[in-house]
Amino acid sequence: MTDLTRSELLRRAALGGAALSIPGFLAACGGDSNTAATTTAGPKELAKTLKFSNWTLYIDRDEKTKSRTLDQFKQKHGVTVQYFEDINDNATYFGKIQRPLSQGQSIDRDIVVLTDNSRFPGLLIQRGWVEKLDKSAIPNFANLQDSLKSPSFDPDREYSLPWQSGITGIASNLKLTKTPVTSVDQLLEDKKLKGKVTLLTEMADTMSVVMLANGDDPAKVDDAAFDKALKRIQSAVDSGQVRQFTGNDYTGPLSRGDLAACISWSGDVVQLTADNPNLQWNLAESGGDIWTDNMLIPKGGDAYTASTFMNFVYDPKIAAQLAVYINYVSPVKGAKEEARKLDPALADNPLIFPDEETLSKTVIFDSEALSNQDYLEKWQSLIGA
Amino acid sequence: MSWFFRHRGLTPYLLLAPGLAWLTAFFLIPLGFLAYQSLQSGTFDFGYSFTWELYNYWDAISRYREHLIRSFLYAGLATVIALLVAYPLTYWIAFRGGRWKNFFLLLIIAPFFVTYLIRTLAWQTILADEGTVVGVLRDLHILEPGGRLLATSTAVVAGITYNFLPFMALPLYVALEQIDPKLIEAAQDLYASRWKAFLRVTLPLSLPGVFAGTLLTFIPAAGDFINAQLLGTPKQHMVGNVIQSKFLELIDYPAAAALSFVLMAIILVGVVTYSRLLGSERLTG
Repeated sequence: MTDLTRSELLRRAALGGAALSIPGFLAACGGDSNTAATTTAGPKELAKTLKFSNWTLYIDRDEKTKSRTLDQFKQKHGVTVQYFEDINDNATYFGKIQRPLSQGQSIDRDIVVLTDNSRFPGLLIQRGWVEKLDKSAIPNFANLQDSLKSPSFDPDREYSLPWQSGITGIASNLKLTKTPVTSVDQLLEDKKLKGKVTLLTEMADTMSVVMLANGDDPAKVDDAAFDKALKRIQSAVDSGQVRQFTGNDYTGPLSRGDLAACISWSGDVVQLTADNPNLQWNLAESGGDIWTDNMLIPKGGDAYTASTFMNFVYDPKIAAQLAVYINYVSPVKGAKEEARKLDPALADNPLIFPDEETLSKTVIFDSEALSNQDYLEKWQSLIGA
Repeated sequence: MSWFFRHRGLTPYLLLAPGLAWLTAFFLIPLGFLAYQSLQSGTFDFGYSFTWELYNYWDAISRYREHLIRSFLYAGLATVIALLVAYPLTYWIAFRGGRWKNFFLLLIIAPFFVTYLIRTLAWQTILADEGTVVGVLRDLHILEPGGRLLATSTAVVAGITYNFLPFMALPLYVALEQIDPKLIEAAQDLYASRWKAFLRVTLPLSLPGVFAGTLLTFIPAAGDFINAQLLGTPKQHMVGNVIQSKFLELIDYPAAAALSFVLMAIILVGVVTYSRLLGSERLTG
């Protein structure tokens, strides 16, 4: 912003004014806002920049903060992506953006990424705080994996499109555990690991893993099953077995050896293993949950430009390029074949391109349980507040 | 200019105006809003409405009593330890530092050019289970073989003490530095032992520094949540952690606001009692 010239500033101000007044004008003319939205024909213009908020270590960026994917997007469409790594966990990010959104203010982002195993993507849609995708700009929508086509929070994918998916399992530091920890019994009750275990603050992740071990179904949560899992975790906390509940910050202590094992996300550990061969990630024997991070366009974002970007990353070539770098599960059909050309070993990694066997051990956490106030309160007081 | 001379009586008010405007805009109005919020009922999903919900306060106190007690215990411990560490340190700098005084002061402050969060994270590395500190303590049998420092109350109190030490040290230094050494010499001329001279002259004269230092340490420490979050476990969480999670994660504004007021009220009562006991007016006046 500092090297902005005066003429540029005036030009941008004028554009901003136009952006403000044109939708207002359209809204004033069209009696029905729905028809107005669907009949906006004619050439659509791409914005100069696209503001994209994402989680850390979630795009192909190197030390010089250059991203191949974002550069290619700029070359092809002339849009500069301003990429922000400002999402650390769902609840905190939602807490940050809900104030302006609830007052009808823009949050100055065109795309944000939130996880479907929190209640927040659903809440944003339900409150009308997101823009509809411009599907005419996303022909690559056809490449979306069938299993992800109609999630309960957005059955027709009108507002959201997956960025990446991941699986929750158990990471071990083999220097301390010798053999990898693969069972929840061992994680929560083996005295050898006492004080060297962490669980995740995300309710859906930790509860899914423990409920599956209890023989309950996380896809259909009832009070008894919830309380049983909660009690089991509580006693592991009370006995000192569990040291802490963490977000992404388990990575440091795990590498250092403060932790012997922890509940963790697949892609992170695949990336960490490159630096520390003692780390290993496994799906728990009893299974784990699979979740999907979703791109959403917050109210006031540029739906056409954002949709154009989504279309771009749904090109299997680009999707493969992202998947081999960030090591999470790609939601794009054909990415696996493209990835094989880039790195055959990674294309066969079941954590990045899960096979049937891996998928059969994963579940999607009950979406209704995510917004159950009673569960949320109980969970929050378990994790220490 | 002549206008000013004719209205000289206005000067104090004009001088006060910027400060008052600042306090009104950024302290009183938000505080009023917080009070209003603390009496609301409802949930985020169904919206909040103002209903004089005094129950929020009862709920805050009864449900989070443990966290409140822990906060004041940890903050109190940290304040006492910081005082015990900082007093001899600043005493030495003030009376024996000579021309190196400013350099030594700089050494106290130097780590604080790094942000709070990074400093606290550094303690995670220092106290790491497989680190040198824990290793030495295990070898000396101060810690049992499987013992650890990280994720214990000790680590949390140590973190708070470290993070707030300069707030204790600087006012103490100012108070000690101002003491005229001739007064101590005079006491010794009148046959006071060194220890007695310290007790009767130096210590009382340094009390304003002790008073300011303890308050500047205790008040922010009681509301701290970073140390408990990064160096503790859920069993070490303080009331600041609860307020943080209520505000940002559960989006339960009424409960968070009520808890904030409870914390503020307890601190206020504590500070008033403390200043009565130490007689701050006489000390600072």
